[in-house]
Amino acid sequence: MSKFAKKKDGELPAVSTASLPDIVFMLLFFFMTVTVMKDSSLKVENTLPNASEIKKLEKKDRVIYIYVGKPTPEFASKFGSEPKIQLNDKFAGPSEVGDYILMERAKKSQDLQNVLTTALKVDKNANMGLISDIKQELREVNALKVNYTTYDGDAFNNLQ
Amino acid sequence: MGRRAGAPEVNAGSMADIAFLLLIFFLVTTTIETDAGLDRMLPPIEPPETDVIIKQKNIFQVSINKNGQLLADEELTDLKDLREKAMAFLDNNGDGSCNYCKGKRNSESSDNPEKAIISLKNDRETKYSTYITVQNELVGAYNDLRNRESMRLYNRKFVELEADYLNPETDSDTKEELKEKVQKIQKLFPQKLSEAETSSSN
Repeated sequence: MSKFAKKKDGELPAVSTASLPDIVFMLLFFFMTVTVMKDSSLKVENTLPNASEIKKLEKKDRVIYIYVGKPTPEFASKFGSEPKIQLNDKFAGPSEVGDYILMERAKKSQDLQNVLTTALKVDKNANMGLISDIKQELREVNALKVNYTTYDGDAFNNLQ
Repeated sequence: MGRRAGAPEVNAGSMADIAFLLLIFFLVTTTIETDAGLDRMLPPIEPPETDVIIKQKNIFQVSINKNGQLLADEELTDLKDLREKAMAFLDNNGDGSCNYCKGKRNSESSDNPEKAIISLKNDRETKYSTYITVQNELVGAYNDLRNRESMRLYNRKFVELEADYLNPETDSDTKEELKEKVQKIQKLFPQKLSEAETSSSN
């Protein structure tokens, strides 16, 4: 009967913390895998305009980003203060947009290549001339789905 | 003499602390934000094969000049009135073929929503923020009309239906059902918003 000897009363066994590292590691791996590090740092000013009739951009893997805006102060001496296009990490002219889109499209898997969206993140002080040039380039490479990325808000705030 | 018993075990008690540290780092750097904005389709570059003749009254011309002033249907218009004007144009129902429209049936304005086209033209020096505001109002005009029909037919707003339909978390059965509804409403008020090439400022 000694095998099933009764435990002495009042002595709770300590909770084992040996599995704590495992749990924490699990969480760690989760966050490591979902984290998307910013792949390009912004070199242009990028205050987006407001709009109210917006749609969310689901699925980040189907989006190609184009940034437009004035170069930030540290680049202003080199590139001037006129709004510029930023593709990945470089400043570019409007004529390079087409090649960039084709290159980015080629990087995506086959089944995504037809459903890509181009997100235009344009500073609200930019002029439409540059945007029109970009739009023309996009049409030439048949990247017709665009999203003018904006903040959620009242569109009339843009006018001030 | 202690050596003889073999290497002492490394204390793993601090492992959790190290893992926590890493965990907190990744927690802080993670950004789970989604961008949002106005979805538009650009016109394809090759011109359509057949030239379609569009009556002048079926076109609602919106032009923005470099000072951000707005010309809608040949009248100087305030930006705040644009949405209403665009809605009145789309909902006009000039030839009476649209049984869900509530417009004034003005014979000088559009025949029916199927034929009504909004054309947007801007100057090269127009500010982007003005352009977005105009786009927002025009998309808003379509959305308001679609919401109205959607409320009538399904008792839910069109924008909600569409958001649910586009949400990747919606299961496929509901999606199929929503798709039908969304497409039906889109057909009632098809979004025909054309963007002409920009003009130069002089």
